[in-house]
Amino acid sequence: MTERSRSESGPAHKTLEIGMALLIGVFGLIVIFGSLKAGINWGAEGPRAGFFPFYVGTAIVGASAINLWHARRDHDGRLFAEWGQLRQVMSVVVPTAIYVGSMPFIGLYVASMVFIAWFMRWLGGYRWLTTIAVAVGMPVVTYLVFERWFLVPLPKGPLEEWLGL
Amino acid sequence: MEELANLFHGFAVALQPYNIMLMVIGITLGVIIGVLPGLGGANGVAILLPLTFSMPPTSAIIMLSCIYWGALFGGAITSILFNIPGEPWSVATTFDGFPMAQQGRPGEALTAAFTSSFVGALFAVIMITLVAPLVAGFALRFGPAEKFAVYFLAFCSFVGLSKEPPFKTIAAMMMGFALAAVGLDSITGQLRLTFGVTELLNGFDFLIAVIGLFGIGEILLTMEEGLAFRGGSATINLRVVLQTWRELPAYWMTSLRSCLIGCWMGVTPAGATPASFMSYGIAKRLARRGNNFGKGEIEGVIAPETAAHAAGTSALLPMLSLGVPGSPTAAVLLGGLLIWGLQPGPMLFVEQKEFVWGLIASMYLGNLAGLIVVLTCVPIFAAILRVPFGIIAPLILVLCAIGAYSVHNSTFDVMLMLVFGVLGYLLKKCNYPLAPLVLAIVLGDKAEEAFRQSLLGSQGSLGVFFSNGLVSTIMALGLVALFWSAIQEGYSRLRTSLA
Repeated sequence: MTERSRSESGPAHKTLEIGMALLIGVFGLIVIFGSLKAGINWGAEGPRAGFFPFYVGTAIVGASAINLWHARRDHDGRLFAEWGQLRQVMSVVVPTAIYVGSMPFIGLYVASMVFIAWFMRWLGGYRWLTTIAVAVGMPVVTYLVFERWFLVPLPKGPLEEWLGL
Repeated sequence: MEELANLFHGFAVALQPYNIMLMVIGITLGVIIGVLPGLGGANGVAILLPLTFSMPPTSAIIMLSCIYWGALFGGAITSILFNIPGEPWSVATTFDGFPMAQQGRPGEALTAAFTSSFVGALFAVIMITLVAPLVAGFALRFGPAEKFAVYFLAFCSFVGLSKEPPFKTIAAMMMGFALAAVGLDSITGQLRLTFGVTELLNGFDFLIAVIGLFGIGEILLTMEEGLAFRGGSATINLRVVLQTWRELPAYWMTSLRSCLIGCWMGVTPAGATPASFMSYGIAKRLARRGNNFGKGEIEGVIAPETAAHAAGTSALLPMLSLGVPGSPTAAVLLGGLLIWGLQPGPMLFVEQKEFVWGLIASMYLGNLAGLIVVLTCVPIFAAILRVPFGIIAPLILVLCAIGAYSVHNSTFDVMLMLVFGVLGYLLKKCNYPLAPLVLAIVLGDKAEEAFRQSLLGSQGSLGVFFSNGLVSTIMALGLVALFWSAIQEGYSRLRTSLA
């Protein structure tokens, strides 16, 4: 924990805890629903495909119900995290989502360069020179190690095609 | 004596120059992985697993297991120098390791930690050498019911042993089973739980889950604290090493006890973390200078490190001999076996002698190499920690993406990784354990198969799990482990309500 002011506000831990239990419970319901569709009874070849997942789903729902009950009784008023901390987390999640989402179109290398550069420049506040050195260096090293040395192909986009790699 | 001959043959395999090179590379990468935030043993091995697809299986497992040893060593560096446990089982090392470093004795603490780690690992490897073939031979007689009983015991001990609330452990574990069930049903060949999404035909790969849950999730947790990351420095010179080594034999009793605790706890899943705490706790109670624990006592470093390393190593015993991994990292290694086309379990000892004994021999050599590497290169590894998180974090994220992509050459997996990452962050914040989730994804299919096959044999009667002495004993142990937590929780709640 950092020694930031404790007065800052944020979502209550209890809320998240309840949300998490509900989320897992819903997941359990989906599993039960899917198992019912696959068939949970005893077929010609023994237990059908949904047999095992059905009980797994039931256990998820049951455990979540108990977790939910525990979470609701929780009254310590803890914060899940401060808004500032969550902003920090989101400042990584959102660009990573864009990075991951753009990968099928522009390839891993270009996406990684932009992502590293963005991260270092805006979150880290590094000089352009350092930023560019790392942002270009990392994909180049990756290319050499993965594609050349270990022969593992990575997704490529228009730029690599143009370069003929 | 046949084992001894096999072991020597294994040494011949492990001592090939190519394998020695991989060993040193593995250890070095492993220590770096252990030192860096956001890259633990499990997801470090998962990310690097695709690199081994083209290697012979024995070389591949030597490199990957060495990454694991390296990560175990690396955890101690961050615990002692920066009070940041690299792995959950290094937490107990911070209690006395960090105070020692603050008192200007970091070299002594590090030497003690590394040496104890080595001793613990060595003890566990010797145990594996002696016990694993016996267990495997015994397990060859297991039918589906016994197999299921072993899985049952493994998962029940998670519920009983983990410090998280039992119902959260169950919820996390069952989610893993559900995720494992998605896709093609291995027995009937029927599709299930895919809801028409073609990407889910092959189900969820646990490697993606590991990289997301442990890698991305960890980065997000670290981001909460911002980019400020304070580093320190350390040097170890030969004089300090030799001086510490002269002191260490005096604590042989603590070492031996910690080895035993570590091996015992390591064989049962979820063991390494409780092993380190238990060993620390017992050492504190029994040591002559027990009152001084927490203020920089060398014995307080020896006890948890020995136990954690012994547990981390012996986690490979059930993985090799029964096909049930004792830790998330062992689970990733087991996933590797499947990818290389080997069937984990007792048959390995019969069909893949070279592989098994090459691996066991490499454990001896790898840990020795690890000790030498960490003792000589601590300043370099500590320097890595001084690279600011603002540079490290994007690089780790990119590495995770590469690792996730190269498992199946699929960009869908990379997106899935991010989803698992956010999920991992939330689960961890809400105190849900991740290890049983991952293990359930790995073992889900096999556990289900064993379960259904046993029911097939018994025409649907659950009595098959209590049909003979062996299977009943394992099941009974499992039930004890399962309800152990319930009893404990009930007891403590009773106590708090009375107080």
